[in-house]
Amino acid sequence: MTASATPATAARLAAEEGRGRRTPTRRRRVQHPWAIVAFVGPFAAMFVLFYLIPIGVAVWQSLLVVEREGTYGTATEVFGGLRQYELVFQNEAFWTSVGRVLLFGIVQVPVMLALALLFALLLDSPLIRGKKFFRLAFFAPYAVPGVIAAIMWGFLYSPNLSPFQALTSQVNLLSADFVLWAIANVVTWVFVGYNMLIIYSTLLAIPQEIYEAARIDGAGQARIAWSIKIPLVRPALVLTAVLSIIGTLQLLAEPQTFRSFSSAVTSTYTPNMTIYATSSIPNVSLAAAFSVVLALATFILSFTFLRLTRRKGADA
Amino acid sequence: MSTAIGPDATSAMPAVNPRGVDRHGDMPSVGRGPRESILSRTGAMLVMAVFTLYFLVPIWWLLVASTKSRGDLFSTNPLWFADFRLFENIGALLAHRDGVYLKWILNSLLYAGLGAVVATILAAMCGYALAKYRFPGRETIFNIVLGGVLVPATALALPLFLLFSRVQLTDTFWAVFLPSVVSPFGVYLSRVFAEASVPDELLEASRLDGAGEIRTFFTVSIRLMFPALITVFLFQFVTIWNNFFLPLIMLRSEELFPVTYGLYAWNSTVNQFPELRTYVLVGSLLSIIPLIITFLLLQRYWRTGLGTGALK
Repeated sequence: MTASATPATAARLAAEEGRGRRTPTRRRRVQHPWAIVAFVGPFAAMFVLFYLIPIGVAVWQSLLVVEREGTYGTATEVFGGLRQYELVFQNEAFWTSVGRVLLFGIVQVPVMLALALLFALLLDSPLIRGKKFFRLAFFAPYAVPGVIAAIMWGFLYSPNLSPFQALTSQVNLLSADFVLWAIANVVTWVFVGYNMLIIYSTLLAIPQEIYEAARIDGAGQARIAWSIKIPLVRPALVLTAVLSIIGTLQLLAEPQTFRSFSSAVTSTYTPNMTIYATSSIPNVSLAAAFSVVLALATFILSFTFLRLTRRKGADA
Repeated sequence: MSTAIGPDATSAMPAVNPRGVDRHGDMPSVGRGPRESILSRTGAMLVMAVFTLYFLVPIWWLLVASTKSRGDLFSTNPLWFADFRLFENIGALLAHRDGVYLKWILNSLLYAGLGAVVATILAAMCGYALAKYRFPGRETIFNIVLGGVLVPATALALPLFLLFSRVQLTDTFWAVFLPSVVSPFGVYLSRVFAEASVPDELLEASRLDGAGEIRTFFTVSIRLMFPALITVFLFQFVTIWNNFFLPLIMLRSEELFPVTYGLYAWNSTVNQFPELRTYVLVGSLLSIIPLIITFLLLQRYWRTGLGTGALK
C-alpha cells in the first residue's frame, strides 16, 4: 500500500531536512555485512510482520466479499473488486463521523496549539517565576491515559457528581449539543502540556545571542515573542499540528468511554468507532475498506497541511 | 540565523548536554532592554495560575473521590475529604473478583514494560546500524521506517486483528504484546543519537583491539546512547500503555486485559452495577500515580526526545 512509502516523504518534509545530503557512497565492498544483518534484521523482521503485512492483509481483505448459498448456506469469501469501497462511499454514518471529527479538529487543534504556544512562550520569558512547577503541573495530565481521562471528566461532567454543579445543573454537557466539545476538552486537557513541551524544547535550543540585538533596540517580550520566537518555532508548530490532525482523525478511546456517560455518543460516532462496530458485526471486509479509506484520508490531510505551511514559509 | 541553529548543533546538544535547568535565571541583567512592567508580570502569573487549576483540579478530585464511601461521593463536597476510607476502598478493589485488578496491572506492566524494553533494544540496534555503517539500501530502509512513524497505532489495530485471526491468535497475550515491540520512532531517535554521540574513532579503536562489531555495540556504543534509549523506552512505554484499540479489538478474556481496558469495561457497566463506581475511581487513581511519578522524575528525557523530534 502506498501508505508505507508515501508518508516517508511527508516525514522528510516535516523533518525540515536537518541532515545535509550525504556524499554518494563510493562503490566498494560493504564492511561488516554480518554485523549489519544482525543489527537491522530483528527490527526489520518485526516491522515487516507487524506493520507491512497487516497493511497488506487489510487491503486484500477489503477486496473480498462474502457470498452465501441461499439465506442460511455456508458463507464463502470471494474476490469482489472495489465493491466494498462502493459501500463505503454510500455509507452515510461513516461520512457523518468523518465530518464530525473534522469539525472537532478545526476547533480543537488550533485552540490546543494556541494554548501550548502561549504557555511555552511564557515559560521561556522572564515574566514568570516557578517555571519548573508550572512545567510539571501542565505536563502531568499527559501521564493520564485517554480512557482514564475520559472516565474522570465523564464524572466531572455528570450533573449529580460534579464539583461544578453551578455549571452542570444549568447546561447538560453530556447532551447531543455539547458532548463533542466536552470530549474536545478532555483531549485538550491531556495534550496541551505535551505540545507545550515540544515547543518549549525548541525555544530552549535557540541561542540567547539572537535576542541581543532586539533587546538593544528596546523590543519588549511580546515583540520578541512575536517577531523572533514564533517564526523560529514554526517547524515545531507544524510538527505538532500534523501529529494532532492524525490524532483527531483516529479519535477512539475518549468517545468510546463516553458512551457510558452519554447516550448521544452513538456506536458510529467517530470513524474508528465505525470501524470497530463494523468489525464486530462481524463484517470484516467492510471494516477493512473503512480502514484503508481512513488511512488515505489521514495521509492526504497531513500531507496537504505540510504543503500549505511550506509554501507560506517560503514567502516569508 | 540559520547557522546559529544549525542542525548538527541542535541534534548533538540534547545528547551530550541534556539541560535540566532554565537558562534565564542566570542571565545577567545588564544589557537587557526595558524591565518588564509589573502589569505584564502579574498578567502572566495569573494566566499560569488559572491553568494550573484547570490541569490539576481533575486529578485532585479523583484523589478526593477515591477516599469516600459510596454515599459520601454524592452527598459531600466533591473537592474536599469526608470520612477517609481510601484504604478500605483499595482493599475492596483488590478483593473484587479474586483480585482481577492486580492481574490487570501486572498485564499492563508486561505489555508496556517488557514490550518497551524489547522495542528499545531492537530500535537501538537498527538505528545504530543505520547511523554507523554504509551499505546499499540504507536510506531506503530509513525512509520506510520514517513512513512508519506517521502510521498511528490506532490505524494498525484492525489490520493486526485481521492478521492474527488468520493464524487464530486473537485473544492471546501475544496478540497485544508482539505488535508492541516495533517502534519506528525509536529507530529514528536512535539513529539521530548514535550519529551524535558515538564517535567513529572509538569504534575504530575498539576494532583495533580485536573486539567484534556486536560486542562493541553492547559494551561501548550502548552506553554512549543510554540517555537516548531511556527516551525511546519512555515513548514506547506510553504508546503501549495508552493503546486502547488493540486490546479492545483483540481481547475477550478478562484475565488478559491491560488495566485501562479493564477499567473501561467496568465503567461501561457502572449503570447496572453502581458498586463498581468506587472501584473504577480508586482503580483509575492507583493506575495513574506510578505513571505520573515516573513521568515527572524522567522529565528531562522527555524534553530531550521531544526537542530532537521537533527540530530535525
